[in-house]
Amino acid sequence: MTEFAEAGASLRGARLRLSAALWRRPWLKLGLLLAAPVLVFAVVYLGALVSLFVSAFWQIDSFTAAVIHKWTLDNFKTLWNDHTYCRITGRTIGLAAAVTVTDAVLAFPLAYFMARIAPPRWRALLFVAVLLPLWSSYLVRIYAWRTILAKNGALNWVLNGLGLPDAGLAYTNTAMWIVFSYVWLPFMVLPVYAALERIPDSYLEASQDLGAKGSRTLRSVILPLAIPGIVAGSIFTFSLTLGDFITPALVGGAGSSFIGNIVEDKVGQPDIPFAAAFATVPVVVMGIYLLIARRLGAFEAV
Amino acid sequence: METRSTRIGLGVATVAVIAFLWLPLLLIMAYAFNSSTIQSWPISGFTFHWFHQAWHDPEVRSSLWLSLKVGLAATVIAVVLGTAAAAAIYRFRFFGREAVSFLLLLPIALPGIITGMALNSFFNFGGVQLSIWTIVAGHATFCVVIVYNNVLARLRRSSPSLIEASMDLGADGWQTFRWVIWPVLSTALVAGGLLAFALSFDEVIVTTFTAGAQTTLPIFILDNIQRGQQLPVVNAIVFVVILVTVIPVTIAQRLTGDTGVLRRGSSPPKV
Repeated sequence: MTEFAEAGASLRGARLRLSAALWRRPWLKLGLLLAAPVLVFAVVYLGALVSLFVSAFWQIDSFTAAVIHKWTLDNFKTLWNDHTYCRITGRTIGLAAAVTVTDAVLAFPLAYFMARIAPPRWRALLFVAVLLPLWSSYLVRIYAWRTILAKNGALNWVLNGLGLPDAGLAYTNTAMWIVFSYVWLPFMVLPVYAALERIPDSYLEASQDLGAKGSRTLRSVILPLAIPGIVAGSIFTFSLTLGDFITPALVGGAGSSFIGNIVEDKVGQPDIPFAAAFATVPVVVMGIYLLIARRLGAFEAV
Repeated sequence: METRSTRIGLGVATVAVIAFLWLPLLLIMAYAFNSSTIQSWPISGFTFHWFHQAWHDPEVRSSLWLSLKVGLAATVIAVVLGTAAAAAIYRFRFFGREAVSFLLLLPIALPGIITGMALNSFFNFGGVQLSIWTIVAGHATFCVVIVYNNVLARLRRSSPSLIEASMDLGADGWQTFRWVIWPVLSTALVAGGLLAFALSFDEVIVTTFTAGAQTTLPIFILDNIQRGQQLPVVNAIVFVVILVTVIPVTIAQRLTGDTGVLRRGSSPPKV
């Protein structure tokens, strides 16, 4: 019996000494905690990103398709000079901007209702109603729209029922605009909701007491305070659209390629250097966008 | 404060937007019961046949199995690494702290195609054969940040003096962990893990670059949609996939009241 007790005591003693040692040397504890995540991320993820961007300055041999490790700007020159690639870049960025604006317009009234009008119980329900589509499969939601917009789909069924002709939206840029706006909408609603919920009631009362009408309060009080939330949401909608290639592949038409589609093609060929060079475009655009967003206070809003 | 007509207008807009969010999901779920093999609305009749067929399809089974294994492995890695990183960021001020938290956020800040391509060329250059483990590595990169965010948010809401009190009362590291830290963190860990799993189970972009010839369930769905093959079976799978992601997300939301998207700030309502 006593042997066990002694063994237990010495084990506990060892554990206490270990705890004390770690407490006295916080850097040791920090090292133990951070070693694994930082190593994995620094080696695998950063390593991968660096190898990607380095390879953008390489080339492939046109005969053997092997990567030649010779520094060149040719990939970027091709991107700049070839009108097809310029058009694709323009289409990608333009649609990303259109989707962002659409989502902001759709999200605002919903977020406002959730944050300031709905009673708590409704608010909780609405919250789940926004959250579930956000987390449910994005592929599935694109597929749903593919069936809705198809010739025999639900949209034309409704239109025909109303005596209207077919919409003919399947496989067009308009279809991509609808589907992107649909898929990323919850990402806009949540930050706008968070921003609106934080506006104190007294601000609105003060505005009213000073004689402002509803529209003036909206313009001069509510919107300025909602901007950081809208910008925070726009980071998601813009970035996610910029990097996508599934939506153009599933609901876009013949002339609907995005940067992502070309990149995927080139990786499959395989022409990794050119794919890498084209992939830097959304990263650079996003970098600029994030700098602007930071100035507008988006990082304090999320 | 808002006038009556404003309230009504906003209410109508809210109903419309919520309908916009949900009708497509409900519609595609209805297709799972379509008795015809032709995809048209309205569905022509009601059947459970496609669920039966999907369940007995060997390709569906193997891709489902692969997705479950990948999701589980990625979740375990994410929970371990994400928790350790969150604890370090919360407890210590050190050189490069901002850089570490930025590094962890990168995989969801950058478009998925960048992460996918980068890993693909990394494995290529390193001579690593694409296998289940390359898929897991790809998924783990963006799952870590989900657990990290959940745990960090929970830690920020709890007081560090609890741990000091426990040590002062003579508890060793393990006892402090078991009786003080674990009760505070457990639900955040479970929630983070569930969300990470849901994310991995659905992921398709990074997977296309790290899977090679292997087929996860989303890859199976994507391939068949693009080729227009076996759509009734795809519909049945889609029905199940929607349910499989809805359940963990609902539980996670109940456990934390967190969105998984917002980092901090106004706490969303508990359901």
